[in-house]
Amino acid sequence: MEQILRNILDNDFFVYGIMGIVPLVWIVPYALFAIWLERKISAHMQDRLGPMRTGGWHGWSQTIADMLKLLQKEDIIPAAADKTLFNIAPYIIFVSAYAAYAVIPFSSGFIGADINVGIFYIIAVTSLAVVGILMGGWASNNKWSLLGAMRATAQIVSYEIPSVLAVLAVVMIAGTLSLQEINNLQTGWFWNWFVFQKFPFVFVAFIIYFVASLAEVNRVPFDIPEAESELVAGYVTEYSGMKFAMFMFAEFVNMFAVSAVAATLFFGGWNSPFGEFLSGPIWGVFWFLSKGMMLVSVQMWLRWTLPRLRVDQLMYVSWKVLTPWAFACVIAVGFWMML
Amino acid sequence: MAEISEEIIKTSTGTTLRHEEMVINMGPQHPSTHGVLRLEVVVDGEIVIDVIPHIGYLHRCFEKHAESMTNYQQVVPYVDRMDYCAAMNMDFGYVLAVEKLLGIQVPERVEYIRVIMAELQRIASHLIAAGTYGLDIGAFTPFLYMFRERERILDLFEMTCGARLLYNYMWVGGVSHDLPPGFIDKAKDFCQYFRPKIKEYNDLLSYNEIFIKRTANVGILPKDVAISYGISGPVLRGSGVNFDLRRDDPYSIYHKFDWQPEIGKGEVGTVGDCWDRYMVRMREMEQSINIVEQALNQIPEGNIASAIPKRIRPNPGDVYVRTESARGELGFYVISDGSGKPYRIKARSPSFVNLSVIPEISRGGMIADLVAIAGSLDIVLGEVDR
Amino acid sequence: MTSQEIHEKIKLQFPAAVLESKTEGVVDPFIKIAPEYVADVASFIRDNEELGFDFLMCLSGIDYGKGTLGVIYNIFSMKHRHKLNLKVEVPKDKAEVPSVSLIWNTANWHEREAYDLMGIIFIGHPDPRRILMPYDWEGHPLRKDYKTPEFYQGMKVPY
Repeated sequence: MEQILRNILDNDFFVYGIMGIVPLVWIVPYALFAIWLERKISAHMQDRLGPMRTGGWHGWSQTIADMLKLLQKEDIIPAAADKTLFNIAPYIIFVSAYAAYAVIPFSSGFIGADINVGIFYIIAVTSLAVVGILMGGWASNNKWSLLGAMRATAQIVSYEIPSVLAVLAVVMIAGTLSLQEINNLQTGWFWNWFVFQKFPFVFVAFIIYFVASLAEVNRVPFDIPEAESELVAGYVTEYSGMKFAMFMFAEFVNMFAVSAVAATLFFGGWNSPFGEFLSGPIWGVFWFLSKGMMLVSVQMWLRWTLPRLRVDQLMYVSWKVLTPWAFACVIAVGFWMML
Repeated sequence: MAEISEEIIKTSTGTTLRHEEMVINMGPQHPSTHGVLRLEVVVDGEIVIDVIPHIGYLHRCFEKHAESMTNYQQVVPYVDRMDYCAAMNMDFGYVLAVEKLLGIQVPERVEYIRVIMAELQRIASHLIAAGTYGLDIGAFTPFLYMFRERERILDLFEMTCGARLLYNYMWVGGVSHDLPPGFIDKAKDFCQYFRPKIKEYNDLLSYNEIFIKRTANVGILPKDVAISYGISGPVLRGSGVNFDLRRDDPYSIYHKFDWQPEIGKGEVGTVGDCWDRYMVRMREMEQSINIVEQALNQIPEGNIASAIPKRIRPNPGDVYVRTESARGELGFYVISDGSGKPYRIKARSPSFVNLSVIPEISRGGMIADLVAIAGSLDIVLGEVDR
Repeated sequence: MTSQEIHEKIKLQFPAAVLESKTEGVVDPFIKIAPEYVADVASFIRDNEELGFDFLMCLSGIDYGKGTLGVIYNIFSMKHRHKLNLKVEVPKDKAEVPSVSLIWNTANWHEREAYDLMGIIFIGHPDPRRILMPYDWEGHPLRKDYKTPEFYQGMKVPY
């Protein structure tokens, strides 16, 4: 896609500008859709209907209406808050979530930047969210926000380790950090996907990655930073209006980002599961997005089924369960490759 | 910078904070305090050092109101509003107290109707308790399932007396309406429908690994502490004390039914932890269903209004009557001076007493545990503050 | 044990304390004791093996009018499953009763409530604050001669 653009425009600035905006074309409708979907999924799981009125068919435009409402809301900044940090925080969180999309291959024909350390870049840039969360929690000048921010920071930093180790297992098989390369290696039928390679070690690595990614995006059962029954709303307690919407938006963007990485690393990314059948750059987008959305739906499913863990139990899961198992996977895959 | 005054670093009971401690106010507007309860929590990081409950935000002067009524019957709607989750049980306690003061015997049909209503209400109340407890722990879905079941009970109540939450159904000497036609069949249907649902909730919530991790061995309330604090109801039984007023200080016609109280056994943790208290409620629902089914099969025909006195003028005297409400021992201490107005009514509400134990069992836990403990005590603030 | 026997036992232990004991002609039998003995009687009946009153069901403050306030203790024994109603009367101008909150923890909040609403002072209470009314409220609302204040913190009270 970069090539096509270059042929038309012949100006680096515009080319990169457009390349940067393209993921938004997916993300904005996705976020609106995913919020609606989450409502619907939760409602149907809970024997309810969910939004039914707004927009006609099954309340499809409920999120749009909500977004318009949030846009019009008064932007309240607590008197005792640190104004600068309080204002910046939601954007930092969003930027860190969005920056990951730069290297996610949407199809064989489109990737923002096919850099050779793609997965490493994603791990690095998504950790930036911690800064934003800590900023928001501290600047709110609210004890609940601070507690939430501290929890979130501890949690994200801890869960980075098992998730990185799980990713490492795949990287060892692939021998590359570039996501596009990793996709190319999984071409063909679905048994070529890495999740089915070196069975069951990579499969275990996928489970570890998925669990850790749930914690990184603060989803149930690891949603303790914003546990509404304990910390009111954690670090977003004092936010309202559009800034609150930014947090919300960032959460959903992040949800898809981790799912997209999982889809790329373990489920062949934009590859069709059936060899040559329905493959190609355009169908690639379809396969990629559906794999991502599948994982997002699983996240939602878990969200409305499980209770949440306590802080110390959460740390226990990370350091004493996931990390050793991830190490074991890495070592096992390593030995297998040496054989 | 302004100097930090002594007042700021002291809690409201007068203890001074150490450097690493801070006071954090849980409530009066907090999602998991189940109403307008304010817990002044002294924390060291996430560890709870001390809890000081502040109540009274929902104080509606029940006792003062009761004294200014013109007769005993008028107090019933106020009693309803004490524990709005279990209004039938509240009515039951109050009318029994006044009936004992008057020395009247109600017809047998009325006794049966009252027991059916009280037990259905107990199920409805326990459904709220268990559902919101799941909500406190973070499981949203069971809450709505349980509300769905509760809705069917409320439908039965609506069918009987027109109200769904605050009934004013039990009157001194009787009940306001007889059972409507079709009630018994509908209630039997409900019992049949509800039994398998309890198993569903146990699979979904009670035996969920994370739920057990969060509630087992948390907030352990030993037997002797529970008795010393005057704890009653499911919380007391959760601590392993086999004591239920329906059996041990029998009132109405509970002796006619075949059932037994459920006690906490420490199945997944220690006896008297949050999970035991929760599980006692889940099992009690099954016992209540047993009672309701038996009562529905045995209920005699009769006139429900024959014992309703025209004028309620008890002889001077006082009486303390206690009943097992959904939350524990509900006591009414009624003094009559011989006139038609109550001279003094003191309500001993189970939530008020149960709440007072919260500092004792939550010290040393985490903030999340405090939420789990507060939820497992199942307080209704309308009843704490009256 | 019957109420009669319980009352006899208390009388035997504290001959000076018991002012009145009634088991017949009333709905609930009760024993009335002098206020200064409350804490002693309470710890005796709790610790005595045969009485074993370990469960305080209810503690109510009462305004009898005619210048007297009263406290009523409804006590139960978990071990022996018997009840006792203990009554105390104090003059309104010197409404002081020894606290029993160290004997039964239940009494802690109930005594605070009785102090808050009835103005009975419990000597030796570990935490004598108001409980239901605001901490700076004046007066004790459940007294029969209570007059609602005109203003509370600048807000008009009766409306």
